[in-house]
Amino acid sequence: MRLEKCWFCSSTIYPGHGIQFVRNDAKIFRFCRSKCHKNFKMKRNPRKVKWTKAYRRLHGKDMTQDATFEFERKRNRPERYDRNVTENTLKAIKKIDKVRVDREARHHAKRMKGKKAQLQREAAKELEQSIHMVKAPAALQQEPSLTLPKLKVKVSLQQTEDNRMEE
Amino acid sequence: MVQYNFKKITVVPTGKDFIDIILSRTQRRTPTQVHKGYAISRLRQFYMRKVKFTQQNFHDKLSTIIEEFPRLDDIHPFYGDLLHVLYNKDHYKLALGQINTARNLIGKIAKDYVKLLKYGDSLYRCKSLKVAALGRMCTVIKRVSPSLAYLEQIRQHMARLPSIDPNTRTILICGYPNVGKSSFINKITRADVDVQPYAFTTKSLFVGHTDYKYLRYQVIDTPGILDRPFEDRNIIEMCSITALAHLRAAVLFFLDISGSCGYSIAQQAALFHSIKSLFMNKPLIIVCNKTDLQPLEGISEEDMKLVTEMKAEAMKTVIGQGGEPTDDNSVLLTMSTLTEEGVISVKNAACERLLNQRVELKMKSKKLNDCLNRFHVAMPKPRDQKERPPCIPQAVLEAKAKKAEETAEKEKRKLERDLENENGGAGVYSASLKKHYILADDEWKEDVMPEILDGHNVYDFIDPDILMRLEELEREEEIRKKKSLLIQQHRIKKSTAESRPTVPRKFDKDKKFTTERMGRQLSTLGLDPTMAINRARSKSRGRKRERSPDRSGNDGLDSMEVDGDQQNKKLRLRSRSASRSRSKSRPPGECVQERASKTLLRRRRLLKWLRVLARRGTRMLAEERQTESFLLSNLNTCSGKRSTGKTDRQLITYAPYWTLYLKIHQGIPSFMDSYTTACGMGSCIGYAVQLQPAIVENLFID
Repeated sequence: MRLEKCWFCSSTIYPGHGIQFVRNDAKIFRFCRSKCHKNFKMKRNPRKVKWTKAYRRLHGKDMTQDATFEFERKRNRPERYDRNVTENTLKAIKKIDKVRVDREARHHAKRMKGKKAQLQREAAKELEQSIHMVKAPAALQQEPSLTLPKLKVKVSLQQTEDNRMEE
Repeated sequence: MVQYNFKKITVVPTGKDFIDIILSRTQRRTPTQVHKGYAISRLRQFYMRKVKFTQQNFHDKLSTIIEEFPRLDDIHPFYGDLLHVLYNKDHYKLALGQINTARNLIGKIAKDYVKLLKYGDSLYRCKSLKVAALGRMCTVIKRVSPSLAYLEQIRQHMARLPSIDPNTRTILICGYPNVGKSSFINKITRADVDVQPYAFTTKSLFVGHTDYKYLRYQVIDTPGILDRPFEDRNIIEMCSITALAHLRAAVLFFLDISGSCGYSIAQQAALFHSIKSLFMNKPLIIVCNKTDLQPLEGISEEDMKLVTEMKAEAMKTVIGQGGEPTDDNSVLLTMSTLTEEGVISVKNAACERLLNQRVELKMKSKKLNDCLNRFHVAMPKPRDQKERPPCIPQAVLEAKAKKAEETAEKEKRKLERDLENENGGAGVYSASLKKHYILADDEWKEDVMPEILDGHNVYDFIDPDILMRLEELEREEEIRKKKSLLIQQHRIKKSTAESRPTVPRKFDKDKKFTTERMGRQLSTLGLDPTMAINRARSKSRGRKRERSPDRSGNDGLDSMEVDGDQQNKKLRLRSRSASRSRSKSRPPGECVQERASKTLLRRRRLLKWLRVLARRGTRMLAEERQTESFLLSNLNTCSGKRSTGKTDRQLITYAPYWTLYLKIHQGIPSFMDSYTTACGMGSCIGYAVQLQPAIVENLFID
């Protein structure tokens, strides 16, 4: 019994699930559910369909190259049974999983690193620019709490001088 | 007795006919309708069927031809030789071989085209493939059509061959042409052979049947033989030679006493002597024919001598056979077919002789069969009491012993079946298939190994040195974790650097925070500490003043002054704290080049301009300043593209009315200039200025 990978979305196929399609050139396509199967029949390229692992790997959303992936490799030669090796393997699988999950999380964090700062900057800009949609500028001027701090300069009108200049 | 009947060979059609037959058969026997719109597999199947059907038919017909024509090596050598003489063995074999190759070629063509048809993608393509296939097959047949014609000729000729049974009682008649052989056979059998005065009237073998003593005899009439060396003989003569050579028959050598055949007795005698080797083991009778024209006694001396010579030869053969003495009558006979005198006696004599010979032969063989029943092994009488057992070699004994052992073991060994029966039968007990496993430790035989764990196949992970690799992996992770921890701590320290009281070096008596220590810690983590150490040292305040040139320049104090020392100390503290707070700052020489936006640049340019103005002393009124500040504050909102609408109109409507008024007085250029620099667009000149009513009033009052 083997757990296979879905050809379309790369998720694991447990026994009793999915459909296996054998083409005339003897290539086998396994699908985990009818969604993937129908997408395949529509001749969609999994590398262009957003929710598949192929797309995510291709576009750098998920980790592609890592040492933890080297542990899992399909071996075609059967090894003679050895209890100690099997024990170690079973323990190792758990640890490798943990390491892999940690690394994926780190990859994701790295990817999302500047997001918070960017969001804040965008928010600040939007506030500055579109505050007039919330309150009219005249009102803003009257209520100091609603405005951004502005430079307030004392103004004194000198009418007579102006009159003279006009003449 | 196998009947050699060549009349049953099927007709071999000519090339053209062959093709027509097969193609029309294909046309009739396979479906004919096909349309473009059918499924491609159906179209392919349709055309493949046609190709295969045609090939099958060709194959069948050619196979019948090949099988029905006799193989010259398998039939009686008499017929083999006869056919060779008539048709030339090589040509015959070649023709059949060509038919065989044609058959194989057609098979290959069909196979290839069927393979191609499997991938035909349109009706037209499949059809053209089929047309090509059939065309090629027909071309093959066309190429082979001369062979077919030849075989047809042979078949027709073979059908007319006389059905001679080579194993039964046969009487063979030979001699020069025109001596009277055919008339003889006409006389004794019901055969109706052409008798004509010209030579070679009989051109092939003829068979007649006659009876004697309730037994059927076949009488074979041969064409005349001339006295020539063997190689020069033509086909007709070769026929008779073949018959003479292969048939075990009584031979009647005909002699024309009168010489009316055109050949003298001397010539005939010469012929006799040249072919007498063929008369071995055959009862030979010399028959003198045409005695009505010339009686035997009346011939000349030389002729008589020759005849007696021949007779002597004949006698030799007789004596060679049964060892029975015969009389002259039986060897040399006279007759005349015209008057029919002596004909029957000749026949009787011939039949008698033949019969006797055959019977004797049969008797000899039969005796052997009878004797076999009467064999018996004679045991020698023991001459003394000594045991003389049969001698068996040692190796044989050993092999026998081993075999006995094996059989015993097999019987002793417990079968799985027995085990099953003991433990409850088929449904209850299931045999342990792992019983004979070869493992490093026998305790592991009955282990159940999980195949799946947490969504992984365990078999994919099995590796003898998985532990080692796992260790490396874990070490990597550890290093990374430690590094991240350190970075976190450092950041915390940095963020709280200003509020946290720092321990000045003079109170750090334990010297916990030295660069060496830092270097050591970093190297344990596996990083190179030299760069960090250098940086730390460059940041720190040195004891000697030369280390910090700029500060000494600012102070302008002597190195020796106490005050200066105090000052220096203060400065040192301050600068260190400054350096600490500025720990994030870049080295002093570099100018900061941020990702400056257009608007920021414009803003800076504007500010510079303002400062310039201030220095020049232009009367910048407060209002102006306000407007400038207003413009600056609205710099971001005013500039840039809008999603809909124009950018032009927005600014002016929000400017306070008196500012515009002022601007108009003071001269628009200055306003415009600053405005253009502010906006960076030269498009303000074309603005539709919407003046508020108050402005208009003010404008026109003065």
